[in-house]
Amino acid sequence: VTRKDRAVAIVGAALSDCGRVDDKTEYELHFQGVSRALADAGLSKGDVDCFMSCGTGTLPPVDVVEYLGLRPRWFDSTMVGGSSWEVLVEHAVAAIQSGFVDVAVLSYASTTRADLKRRLRSANLGFSPRGPAQFDAPWGLTLIAKYAMVARRHMHEYGTTIEQLAEIAVSTRRNAALNPDAYYREPITIDDVLSAPMMADPFTKLHCCIRSDGGGAVVLTAADRARDGARTPVWILGTGEASSHVTMSEWGDFTESPCARSGRDAFGRAGVSPRDIDVCELYDSFTSTVLLTIEGLGFAAKGEGGPFVEGGTLQIGGALPTNTDGGGLSACHPGMRGMFLLVEATRQLRAECGARQVPGARLACVNGTGGWFSSASTTILGVD
Amino acid sequence: VDSSTVRFDVPSTDPSTQPFWDAAAQGRLLISVCHDCHHRFFYPRPFCPTCWSESVGWLQASGRAQLYTWSVVYINDLPPFRSRVPYVAAIAELEEGPRMETNIVDCEFDGLYVGMALEVQFRAESGVPSIPVFRPAA
Repeated sequence: VTRKDRAVAIVGAALSDCGRVDDKTEYELHFQGVSRALADAGLSKGDVDCFMSCGTGTLPPVDVVEYLGLRPRWFDSTMVGGSSWEVLVEHAVAAIQSGFVDVAVLSYASTTRADLKRRLRSANLGFSPRGPAQFDAPWGLTLIAKYAMVARRHMHEYGTTIEQLAEIAVSTRRNAALNPDAYYREPITIDDVLSAPMMADPFTKLHCCIRSDGGGAVVLTAADRARDGARTPVWILGTGEASSHVTMSEWGDFTESPCARSGRDAFGRAGVSPRDIDVCELYDSFTSTVLLTIEGLGFAAKGEGGPFVEGGTLQIGGALPTNTDGGGLSACHPGMRGMFLLVEATRQLRAECGARQVPGARLACVNGTGGWFSSASTTILGVD
Repeated sequence: VDSSTVRFDVPSTDPSTQPFWDAAAQGRLLISVCHDCHHRFFYPRPFCPTCWSESVGWLQASGRAQLYTWSVVYINDLPPFRSRVPYVAAIAELEEGPRMETNIVDCEFDGLYVGMALEVQFRAESGVPSIPVFRPAA
């Protein structure tokens, strides 16, 4: 395969310490992720001329840039929730292809779990009730309730069952069982999901992502350097980003993720279709996130996501192996999971995943969902 | 953070939205209407989000609505919601078209269904704006 010189690849990927991290700050996790990802790429600190991160500090990404002692000539901290990392991939591709920069590093870290344990933050998010948020704050629509409302509307319109949604959590846990670094690895059943403590009906705790600590980083560069790298280049074949709403009353159709638009762009630019994909990493903040994403990206027709996930479709060995590391539902979820999707997809395409490896994976679809279906971004990755 | 003295349910009103909250205090539900393209919308802005006309005004809604979707919230550690759980978080679709975030009150949780007929009422509490909520229609 011949690629243009400015085609962009992920050439390094790494996680920081993840899971329970009680002895390190968010900033230390940034250092771990970035230094490990650069070592993975065979590059060094001095090669980095573009840095992207959000979620840490007062003036992101300058706080992290300062901590790491970097001097990037291009930075970006687009913050649209957990999909930010896929959005930033698109922006990094543009920065590299324009010729402004050569080596971009994207980094994420969070100690959400440890901060909660130390009572440095509340479990539920409190937002300033100003501007449009004055028409949201009075009624207590929690994050979980927003995703639960999506499940309920989908169940009403398409006859989707709570058992089908539970199957997504069960399949993801099966994948987690194959990942020694996953937070939860004990198998669960549909009955376990249905009988777990109720959070926001119809969602029990096992429909919801876990809360862990962790971080990671990826390194991107253009084809001319990527070919000489330490690792198999994982080409960024197509990207897309789309926004929808922040105020729930502004969302026209509670069964449609903005990934319907970002996915169309990403697949179109990559020149591939959902049936070509070998492995998926789809943000699974909640079981309903996966349901709408599968439909929005075209893996299942609208309304048919429920039957589609039945029978272990999303398990490794199933028809569409999805969230192969155990996802946010079982493996790792410090708050904005998009980075972990990129790292796991890269590792799958480099065939480094051991017991959880999808055999022969050459084409991956990554989709981040931000906020409460507020934003979505899709990345199609492949190896030669 | 010690959030025990703060409450997270009080809207910060502003001059562009004050008529809505003033009407709510009188038991009236207002939505916005565009005089140019006739689009009806909520939440209010001083212009039409569809055609960007600044010729917009207020329309008193009937207060009748249908339940679009809902969730019964069992966990919320923010005050005052932590003392309200379980409560019904919902989206109401007004007879006039626009949707609102809201709570459903005076209802049996098991009796709720999508499409259920609702009617507005107002949660009054001294010192904070009056909040429109909905109950099953009589």
